Amino acid sequence: MKRFLTRRRGRYRMDWMDWLSWGYLVVGLLLMLGPVLWLVLSSFKTETALAEYPPRLLPLSAVTATVEGHDAPLPLFDITGGEHAGRQLAEIRRIGLEAQMVDPAAPGETISISIDDRTPAREFKLATENYTSLFSRFNFMLYFWNSVFITVVATILTVLVNSMAAFALSKYRFRGRTTVFLLIIATLMIPPTINLVPIFIVVSELGLVNSPWAVIWPAIATPTGVFLLRQYMLSIPDDLLDAARMDHASEWRVYWKIVMPLSAPALAVLVIFSMMWRWNDFLWPLIVLNRSDEFTLQLALNSFQGELQTSWSNLLAMTVLTLLPITIVFAFLQKYITTGIAQTGVK
Amino acid sequence: MAQLDLDGLIKDYGDVRAVHGVDLVVEEGEFCVFVGPSGCGKSTLLRMIAGLEEITGGELRIDGVRVNEQRASERGLAMVFQSYALYPHMTVRQNLAFGLENIRLPKGQIVEKVAEAARMLQLEEYLDRKPRQLSGGQRQRVAIGRCVVREPRVFLFDEPLSNLDAELRVTMRGEIADLHKRLGNTMVYVTHDQVEAMTMADKIVVLREGRVEQVGRPLDLYNRPANLFVAGFIGSPRMNLFDATVAGVEVGALKVKDAQGRAFHGAVAVDGLSPGEAVVLGIRPEHVLLSDHEEEDCLAVTVEGIEQLGGHSYLHCRSDAGASLTAHVAGQTALRRGSCTNAVLRRAFIHVFRKADGAAFERQVIGEAA
Repeated sequence: MKRFLTRRRGRYRMDWMDWLSWGYLVVGLLLMLGPVLWLVLSSFKTETALAEYPPRLLPLSAVTATVEGHDAPLPLFDITGGEHAGRQLAEIRRIGLEAQMVDPAAPGETISISIDDRTPAREFKLATENYTSLFSRFNFMLYFWNSVFITVVATILTVLVNSMAAFALSKYRFRGRTTVFLLIIATLMIPPTINLVPIFIVVSELGLVNSPWAVIWPAIATPTGVFLLRQYMLSIPDDLLDAARMDHASEWRVYWKIVMPLSAPALAVLVIFSMMWRWNDFLWPLIVLNRSDEFTLQLALNSFQGELQTSWSNLLAMTVLTLLPITIVFAFLQKYITTGIAQTGVK
Repeated sequence: MAQLDLDGLIKDYGDVRAVHGVDLVVEEGEFCVFVGPSGCGKSTLLRMIAGLEEITGGELRIDGVRVNEQRASERGLAMVFQSYALYPHMTVRQNLAFGLENIRLPKGQIVEKVAEAARMLQLEEYLDRKPRQLSGGQRQRVAIGRCVVREPRVFLFDEPLSNLDAELRVTMRGEIADLHKRLGNTMVYVTHDQVEAMTMADKIVVLREGRVEQVGRPLDLYNRPANLFVAGFIGSPRMNLFDATVAGVEVGALKVKDAQGRAFHGAVAVDGLSPGEAVVLGIRPEHVLLSDHEEEDCLAVTVEGIEQLGGHSYLHCRSDAGASLTAHVAGQTALRRGSCTNAVLRRAFIHVFRKADGAAFERQVIGEAA
């Protein structure tokens, strides 16, 4: 780790190239990771801390103390000036530029302090209730399950359908093979928004609206997947397929036992892509899933943003939870992305 | 165990005809080698037998049953590929068992047969390795093992040794010949290497441009090549060939003259030959005698290059007329580059081909057998 981080081009000290590349990398890191980091930190802030201006990076919240004779906990302040400087007092109420305060240790005595002479006492506190309330007040698990079901089923079907198409297009010689392939690739050029209405009509005619299958079926045949897998399968030697045929293997066995295992790197890439597409999908589910018990996480997130008020603390917490699964999947499969894309790339 | 009958097999790729009506019988238990330069259609022919290429015309019969329409998996043949084509994601054991699993053999029998094949091919230690962890020779043995376990009716080999180094090639050649002796199966073997063909075959089929040039036992092809192509292809170094004209025709003997008017005699059938006809004279390097004085049937040559192999030597010479000639000398030679000598073309070993179509005239004396 130390050796990796101290790598440089200059032999004895950093040369200008090193400064440049380190600078570039650090800026890139801040640019890309910064918002995510802020999101995670903010998700642990209370609603009041979120509304505070100027915003703070760490989730700090006002310290309160229960003082005898007062029902609600009182916020604590550090006194910075005047005769009481250095003490920590609780505020009873504020009157204009003066505040009536009390020492929690001596609850009988009321002290009047100018508001310029005090700063609120803060402590580092994670507002975990943002998260727990997702499970108690909102039906997080239901949305999570909806998202998982759609993502997993759609990914399995995507891999199956696309790999079969790619197998046929790469390993069988038939009339019109190139035409079919070009037609599939050509669909990449049609903006998805143009398809929305026709696909919606088909889906609603089939009576699939408000069912997860309305999201799954239209998504499983992807030109990108067919292209990716076809290019990869072209690199599998035909001799292997012929050898399997000589070994009494049916075409299905050739596909399942030879071509599929050998396409694993490309399949992994497609799995990651498909999971990201389906998990992050928003527009299409928004159109076909109208009942809240069919909502995916992305739709549920959207529903936090009400017309009159937005529950930012819950919204941020749920956003973090929504990011987590896809991040974990990506972390496990990312090595295939680099190798897979390198191998499937234009040869 | 099966007999293969090829009856006018034709293969077209679009408008291009790759195989022009091949007729051939491969007897039961025979080791038949298809040999020819690259692009002669030998691999295509093998793949047609295997069922991996569609047959455009003609009929293919295995044990008298037409199999044109059967798929590769139904013909009961096994094939060793040039690239070995081992399944890279399976261990050696899985590679060997794959074919047996496909015919839904009971587990116990599969284990038994794989173990037997592994023992026969000395693969037992490698059963749990992946193909990429094996050397070339071991991969080759796995490829053969994959065929052996299935007990096929016919073994097909598609240039199986061409990816191996020279030494290993000799060893594997012996192993395959050994395997044939032990199993006694019909085998069809494709190679472009005439040494492999000569050493392993019961029967050689020489192919050129999708046509069969000659079929026969290795020594028959060597001693009695049917035409110029076979004469040039079989034998290493190549047969020496010169242009000549028929000078005189006697029973069982032919007198020809080269461009310089030197006379040579050959013991060949002379039917259909008349004086003045253009022919090609052929003689193998080992049938050229070097002599320090002029004799009958001799040619004055200058040595241009010498290959001293210790046990024997090859001299690459050029005649005063400009024709090149290779001579084989037993043992070592005292001649040097630039030396002048006389090359005697031994009468009994002369081959004569018609210039127009390359067809051979039958030799009357087979000196080699004597």
